[in-house]
Amino acid sequence: MAEERLSMIVFSGTVDKLMPMGILAAGAVAMGMDVEIFLTFWGLAALKKGAAANLPISADFAAMGPMLQEIMQVQKVPSFLDNLRDAKELGNVKIYACGMSMDLLGIKMADLDELVDDVAGVAHFIERAKEGKMTLFI
Amino acid sequence: MDLTITKTIDARGSFCPGPLMEVIRSMKAGAVGDVIAVYSTDSGSKTDIPLWAKKAGQEFIGVIAHEGYDEIRVRKIK
Repeated sequence: MAEERLSMIVFSGTVDKLMPMGILAAGAVAMGMDVEIFLTFWGLAALKKGAAANLPISADFAAMGPMLQEIMQVQKVPSFLDNLRDAKELGNVKIYACGMSMDLLGIKMADLDELVDDVAGVAHFIERAKEGKMTLFI
Repeated sequence: MDLTITKTIDARGSFCPGPLMEVIRSMKAGAVGDVIAVYSTDSGSKTDIPLWAKKAGQEFIGVIAHEGYDEIRVRKIK
């Protein structure tokens, strides 16, 4: 029987795509699910210390960028980091860095936000994700 | 309504899933029998919180519509 777990591969590194990652993690935890996140490519780069403050919006919607940024500031919308921290506080959330992306992009564990728990490879993700009820690619 | 509210959370202006997370935190910290009322301007809250209550085995009391926000009430029953 599939386990109560949401697995997410996070490939995207734009703020508009990372927000759903944070909200889904918090929402899953709220509904009693564990969460495992596998950060790869631009998703991994976005979790470097300090990177969150300077992330772009996805290119297709670049024109909406300034407006979105202003709304988020004025309305004090939580960042994806805030949502991930909340999710970790209230539930079982593990965040893994893709080893291959670390090598490719020259990123070390020490460069990453403390939210990132460990390094993993694709086999780990596949094995864990197939045992869980929900898997998403972001 | 003759209901004693143990704790009121003003989560107006907070975004999904903020109000729900606040309810969960208060539930964890509270005692059985506590009635928690959360004020929310997030339109998802009035469906998310009852769904959560059902999942978590807690009691969803109801939603009161106020001017510009909802008041969602839950009771900790376990």
